[in-house]
Formats: sequence, C-alpha cells, structure tokens
Amino acid sequence: MKLHEYQAKTVLQQAGVPVPQGVALLKKEDLPAVLKKLPAGPWVVKAQVHTGGRGKAGGILRAGTAAEIETAAATLFGKKLVTHQTGPDGVIIQKLYIEQAMTVQKELYAACAIDRARGCPVLMLSTEGGMDIEELARTKPDAIIYEPVDPVAGFPAYRARSAAARLGLQGAALNSVAGVISGLAKAFLAWDAALLEINPLGLSADGKAIAMDAKMSLDDSALFRHPDALAWRDLAEENPLDVRASEAGVNYIALSGTIGCLVNGAGLAMATMDLIKFHGGEPANFLDVGGGANTQQVTEAFRIILSDTKVKGVLVNIFGGIMKCDVIANGIVAAAKDVGMKVPLVVRLEGTNVEEGRRILKDSGLKLTAAPNLTEAAEKIVAATR
Amino acid sequence: MSILINKDTRLIVQGITGSAGTFHARGCRDYGTQVVGGVTPGKGGTQVDQIPVFDTVGQAVQATEANATMIFVPAAFAADAILEAADAGIALIVAITEGIPVLDMARVKTRLAASNWIGRLVGPNGPGLITPGECKIGIMPGYIHKAGAVGVISRSGTLTYEAVWQLTQLGIGQSTVIGIGGDPINGSSFVDLLALFEKDPQTEAVLILGEIGGRQEDDAAEYFKKNMSKPMAAFIAGQTAPPGRRMGHAGAIIEGASGTAAEKMKNLERAGIRVAGSPESLGDTVASMLSKKSTASK
Repeated sequence: MKLHEYQAKTVLQQAGVPVPQGVALLKKEDLPAVLKKLPAGPWVVKAQVHTGGRGKAGGILRAGTAAEIETAAATLFGKKLVTHQTGPDGVIIQKLYIEQAMTVQKELYAACAIDRARGCPVLMLSTEGGMDIEELARTKPDAIIYEPVDPVAGFPAYRARSAAARLGLQGAALNSVAGVISGLAKAFLAWDAALLEINPLGLSADGKAIAMDAKMSLDDSALFRHPDALAWRDLAEENPLDVRASEAGVNYIALSGTIGCLVNGAGLAMATMDLIKFHGGEPANFLDVGGGANTQQVTEAFRIILSDTKVKGVLVNIFGGIMKCDVIANGIVAAAKDVGMKVPLVVRLEGTNVEEGRRILKDSGLKLTAAPNLTEAAEKIVAATR
Repeated sequence: MSILINKDTRLIVQGITGSAGTFHARGCRDYGTQVVGGVTPGKGGTQVDQIPVFDTVGQAVQATEANATMIFVPAAFAADAILEAADAGIALIVAITEGIPVLDMARVKTRLAASNWIGRLVGPNGPGLITPGECKIGIMPGYIHKAGAVGVISRSGTLTYEAVWQLTQLGIGQSTVIGIGGDPINGSSFVDLLALFEKDPQTEAVLILGEIGGRQEDDAAEYFKKNMSKPMAAFIAGQTAPPGRRMGHAGAIIEGASGTAAEKMKNLERAGIRVAGSPESLGDTVASMLSKKSTASK
C-alpha cells in the first residue's frame, strides 16, 4: 500500500525526523480553513499522488502569498499529471499538501528498503540527493552507502553516526543526519514498510537536516497489524477495477492488449500472458483467481475482465491441483451464462478431474472452444481475436 | 536417491486441525508420505484421521521422531511456527502459508542464522516439494509426477504443475520437485537447491522456473557457470509484465529497471543454460537438452 507524502512525513516526524511544517488540503472547499493553519511563508503547494516524477511534470508550485496559494490550488486540483511513471493516461490530482518552503545548502539521499539477497532491510545513503536513486546507482554506484539493518535488534545509534561519518559529514551535520538515519530505520521497522525514502534530505548551512520529500509504501501482508495505516488507504488513487478485484479476492492487473486471461496461480498467469505474446497476441490483463476460487469469484473475475472494453476474447487457463477441474468448469459455465459472454472464449483445462470438467463444458451448450494444450489454446484465442 | 525427502521422511503438520491442514495432511498420507503427527496448540491429545495431535512441536518430535514439518499456520503466526519447529530440531521445514509479513521472514532468517539449527527451510508461499513415488510434502497433485532424473525448482505453484505435466507426458521423470515460494524473502534460494541437485546421483539435469523480481535467477546463472556439471534449462515468467506492479506473488515485481524477464533470460543464456521462450515448450526444452546430453556422452 502506497502512502502520500503528507502521511509519510507524519510517520517520519513521529520517529524523530525533522520535516517542514505543512498542512494537507484534502478537498478544495477546505482551503480557507487550511490557509488559517499554515506556517509562515513562502510555501510550496505539492500534488499528493501515488507516483514519482511529480515535480518535473508540474505537480509542485511555489507560492509567496495566500492569493498565490489559491491560484496554485486552483491550477493543481483536477489537473492531469503525466509523469515518467504514470504512462500516457496520467493521474488526476485530488489532494494537495502545502508546506513551508525550505532553503538548504545541500541535498542528501536516505532510504530504507528490503534487500532480498541479504534477507533483511537495508539503508541506502548518499550525499548526491535530489536524483533518482536508480539513475545514481547506474552513473555513480560508489556514491551510495549500503547499511544492512538487523530486523530483530534494530539499527544502533552508533552505526547511524558512523554511516554519517562515512558520508563525509562533520559537526552538527553529522549528529543531525545520524538522527535522521536512526529515525528512518526505526520507522521502517515499526510500520512494516516496503520502502521509505527521503529524497532530498535537506541540510542547512548550520548543519540541520530536514526531510524535504518523502515516499513510503507498506507491506500489504502486514497491514493486519496496522489499522491506523489502513485508515490512510486512498482508494481514489487506485484503479477501480483493481479495487473491485481485491474485494473479490482475485489478483487483477489491467494491461493494454485485447486478450483477457483468467488463470489460477500467479506464475501460470504470467506465463499465460507470455504465451499469448509469443503467438502474436497482446494480453489485456493479468488475473490470478487463486488456489481456492469458488463460482462467485470466477463470475466476478469474468465481469472484471469483460468490463475492459478493449477485450476481444478471453482465454481461460486452469491447471487444477487442489482446485478440481469439474468445480472450475461449473464456475466457468455459471459465470459465462451470468455475464452473457459476447466475445470468443477459449478454455484450456488440465489436472485433477479433467475429464469431468471437459464434459461439463461440452454439455453446457456454451459457445466456447476447448483446447487440449497451451499451444492450441494460444493459437485459437489469437486467431479468434484477429 | 533424491534431495531432502524420501520414503523414510517422517512428517508432522503444524496447523493440522485447520481445514487446509487436515485436507493436505490426508493428501500427503494418501500419496504415501509417513505423516506421523500434527500440532495445534490446545488440541493436544486429539486425533485427525488417526494422526495424533500435539500441543507443541517439541512434544510431537519427542513422541514421533519426526524430521520434517509442513506448516499451514495462519500468516500472522507462521513465523513463530517456523521458529518453534527449528527450536525442536526439525531438519526440514516446509512453509506453505501465504501472506507472511516480509519483516517477519527477515526476522526468521536472522534468528535462524544466529541459532545452532542445522536444517533447511523451504517456502513460504509455495506448493512444497515432492520426490515422486516416495514422499510428498505439499499441496501439489501427486499423480502428475513420475519418478525419474530431472530436478525441478520453481518460484510458482501451478506453473510447476504445468512443467511437471509436460515432462511426464514426454516420459521424462523427476527426482525431486521443489517450489521455493513467491515471496521476496524465502528460506531456500535456487542456488541453495542447485547445490543439492548437483550432488544428488539420481539427478541428471535440472529445470528452474523463475519469474520477474529480485536476482535469484541471475545468481543461479552464475552458480551454474562456476559449479555445475549437470545440464540445466530455465523459463522466466513475466516477459510481458509491466514494471512497478506486483504480479500476484509478493516477490514478482520489476523494481525500476531491475528484475526484468529479458535481463534474467539473457544472463541464463549467457551462462549456457537452455531458456524456453514460451511456457508451452518447457518439456520439449528439457527433452532436447537430455537427448543432446546422451548424444554427447556416446
């Protein structure tokens, strides 16, 4: 789950990381009330969207007076923001954050993420802030310091100080940045974060560090123990079909092609997309109905796939293990009748009780094409959607 | 021979009284696995299908001499269940549970590394493992397998079934088939298990089924080049996956420019591993590799 900048900054502040003073503007109508609560100017008015590259795309405006804040808010609310991460459709700005503009002397980088190879969180620190970390890792790999974090014991203060020293910091800056590093590791562990990034981490002439921008996402699997974070979920930032799918307990991701796919298992679902592409088609989606899907879930999965108007045909690929083929076949029949399939449907069934499953499909009276293996399934759906 | 499990393996099931635990304990026993006990705190002294249930793993091990466990405990408590099994000296821990918090797994790995436990953790969020005809510890349909000489390692469940089924249809049997799970932090990596297959006299070739995200497959390529004498084939799922989106598995995500299928396939090919371009040719890729090997040895 992604958090907005203003939410991430609340988390950081609670962990002892200095952040600029600011007020979130969640609705246009709240502007007069928010103006009264603002710290001294000048300010920056920042779009709150779940995507990076907002500054370059015009999602951050400066304001020196209340009137300029009003103009900036009017410009940003409802604006379509297209960044290198959003794709051509962009995202609509629905929330803003207004904070005190900061003058800093230096911009650093500090982040914490999961290091899969080490099997623990890792801090990534650099004096080259303000840049995209991937760009930095490619162009100046030596400019990044990596510090593994013990997920049981935490990250001790002395290691934060020695990391700050390795960044070449001295005096007040060393202690101030060490405090930020400690807070970053602490917040990451306390919130079950997947990523927590401060970029840039500003450093003033007198050596005070301040988190100027923050990006945070949480581990979806750990949300059950963070009810306070769940309350922050912003459904308006998520694709409505993704939300519907997650409510139905299926994994769905919309893609740009024309062939809908309904598959059991994430690996097989990805492989089915690849198969379609290999045979000259383009998948319209990733959809994993999971291992224990019932008729309702299969029906909802069909509905979600078909609500994408680009879909010209659907390929069902099920390898029944625990999920028996006769059960899934009944689900397919019920779902197809319920949603009124108007596009070609190719079904490939294999696994437990496959004969019974195939018989159910054959006797259903549904207009569908059965395929005995992956190759034929792909050839048939690609031909049917040409 | 095989790796990790065989007909002598003695299995307990943690979470045996839950519906999935009961169902799969039965499935494993029906396949021929020695299911010697189960564990559910508070249900000790009862039975599930004549399988004795214990309150703790320690009690179960003492009473049954179990040396393997299969964990179905709910995600919030699964990390603790893994540590309990290790503490009781279980040598093979197979975690099926999906959705364990990533930091819980990081803590498990840290604690296991600091303990004096000697054993292997497989999973979580995977189908388990099977040595065809001898022992099944997991949720896979047993009948699609055939005993033989190809080792299979996979990050996925149903895609593994697909691969195994293609092999079996071509008459190619498997030594041991292992799902390592789809999470970003897991107990065993491709490299850990490749080392075991390389040493196993029954295994003549290996098939790995990877996917987008992380660099386990790249590590496997490097390991193969340096350490393996047996031929290897591979497939990477997610060639058409968009960056930045989690494809079902918690670990299947292209982060920035890294972890793409194209990059992994290139690294595997460069190391001399046969890469199947499409999931329909998993079996054929292994078959052609084996026939080339037998020609070469003549």
